[in-house]
Amino acid sequence: MMAHSQALTSTGTPWHHYVAFAAMAALLAAAPFQVYPVFLAKLLCFALFACAFNLLIGFVGLLSFGHAAFWGAAAYASAHAAAKWGLPPELCIVFAVLVSAALGAVIGGLAIRRQGIYFAMITLAFAQMVFFFALQAKFTGGEDGLQIPTAYPRMALGVLNLRDNFTLYWFVFGIFLLGFLVIYRIVHSPFGQVLKAIRENEPRAISLGYHVDRHKLVAFMLSAALAGLAGGTKVFVAGSASLTDVNWPMSGEVVLMALLGGMGTIFGPVAGAVVLVSIEDFLAERAGAWVTVIQGGIFVLCVLAFRRGIVGEIARLIKKPL
Amino acid sequence: MFELLGVPPQALFGQLLLGLINGAFYAMLSLGLAVIFGMLNVVNFAHGALYMSGAFAAWLLLEKLGLGYWPALVLSPLAVAALGIVIERTMLRWLYQLDHLYGLLLTFGLALVIQGLFRNEYGSSGQPYQIPEMLQGTRNLGFMFLPNYRAWVVVASLAVCIGTWFLIERTKLGAYLRAATENPALVQAFGINVPRMLTLTYAGGVALAALAGVMAAPIYNVSPQMGGDLIIIVFAVVVIGGMGSILGSIVTGFGLGVIEGLTKVFFPEASNTVIFVIMAIVLLIKPAGLFGRTA
Repeated sequence: MMAHSQALTSTGTPWHHYVAFAAMAALLAAAPFQVYPVFLAKLLCFALFACAFNLLIGFVGLLSFGHAAFWGAAAYASAHAAAKWGLPPELCIVFAVLVSAALGAVIGGLAIRRQGIYFAMITLAFAQMVFFFALQAKFTGGEDGLQIPTAYPRMALGVLNLRDNFTLYWFVFGIFLLGFLVIYRIVHSPFGQVLKAIRENEPRAISLGYHVDRHKLVAFMLSAALAGLAGGTKVFVAGSASLTDVNWPMSGEVVLMALLGGMGTIFGPVAGAVVLVSIEDFLAERAGAWVTVIQGGIFVLCVLAFRRGIVGEIARLIKKPL
Repeated sequence: MFELLGVPPQALFGQLLLGLINGAFYAMLSLGLAVIFGMLNVVNFAHGALYMSGAFAAWLLLEKLGLGYWPALVLSPLAVAALGIVIERTMLRWLYQLDHLYGLLLTFGLALVIQGLFRNEYGSSGQPYQIPEMLQGTRNLGFMFLPNYRAWVVVASLAVCIGTWFLIERTKLGAYLRAATENPALVQAFGINVPRMLTLTYAGGVALAALAGVMAAPIYNVSPQMGGDLIIIVFAVVVIGGMGSILGSIVTGFGLGVIEGLTKVFFPEASNTVIFVIMAIVLLIKPAGLFGRTA
């Protein structure tokens, strides 16, 4: 199984989490002065997406193979709210979160009726249904996707002009930190402890009197909502929502980010997203068509020889959960 | 021209036949998935990619060696089975002691690799594959024109499905297989080479997928994407039917193909999603699947 050595009785935040968090925040705050900010903003959206996915696989033991549905639906919702209703970015994102949480309630409610490997297949199938819906529905623009029109005033909270690359980055950075801290709080709350108990031994959690299904559903909705937060924000970075956002390779990609970074670790998905998005960006110009093959190869290597992932291995070396 | 339920009979029976054919592929693929899952505890995400490899192998045999449909029907599944043996021996066997999730993740990675390689080599557009001479033409049944090749696919795949059922449920080898599914340690203690059975099961399961791929080649074009979307539908079929029963897989596969075909006639907008809707309904009413055992 995954590297879950988190003490179930921890009280308060361990000091090394403060150190790791400070290091991460400092790196991300310094990064835009070295790297193109829009690329970094995209990267942070994926990092938050991976963290949201990891909330399920890492802390409840549920493998969702359909998280593209939430990311994509949120992207469409956000782009629609901006392009058709002219809502300001922050309200578009709030709307996107609500949409993906509602979608999460429906898909999650059905998927938790089966366990283990079936859960993965069911989420994948429902995500494909969402994909077909996006392909056929009128308002999603079919193959073209939804663009944010150039006339749209990209002013967030009334003062942040998202046309400026740096402002855009700080805006996304703030959303990322918010989402990250929410996930940290969930995982380390009493609710999170119950989730971990379900992951470790579901029948036992049931016999202890916990409403396992209700906990799973709430966790699923939270994960979907946070994936929606990432997907809804991404629209203001990329300027559009498209079928790629909602298709199954996107679901696979977020799985790979969490796997590569370390499933069940707090910081792993961020590391996985940074590495994977950077690799893809690097390869896109040089090896175009080979990106899929290389992704698949990383998948195989990770499963065979690197199951703890980057942060999982570091945590093992310093003997502290990260 | 008379009409049935407001639809010209040619369209109705045409879609019904296409539904049966799709159902045949669903049945053959979900059968392979179920057998592999039963023995290896691996949900083989690479199944769709190997189905596509089977179709491509047939196309390559024709292009490079001039070998037609009938030799391909035997050689292509053998080639894919050989690939399956390599995959099982070098990768899958290291995962049997781990959580089932890892098998799914590994085979997902393999599917990406296989699909990506074929796309890089042959592009995304489909390659046409001729119907063998013997099965060209159509026959007039009075109410519709029946293309001979399509009739052959339905009959042949039904025969393959029933053959697989017979092999597993009625022969000695099948008995070993079922026993090893229940309790591998005990079967091993009786002197049966269980690791080799696992290898052969995987090879057999993916050979079924390749066979479906060869049969599909003349109907759909041979393209790298042909397996990727199909496997997701087959997963839904497996969830609906449950992986517990061989006959259940066959019935569910064919049945859902027909339902999908009918939806194309009467409510075309929903034809892509009808199987997922049925899956949702089954999950609400009978979560273990129509033929599933509650685990």
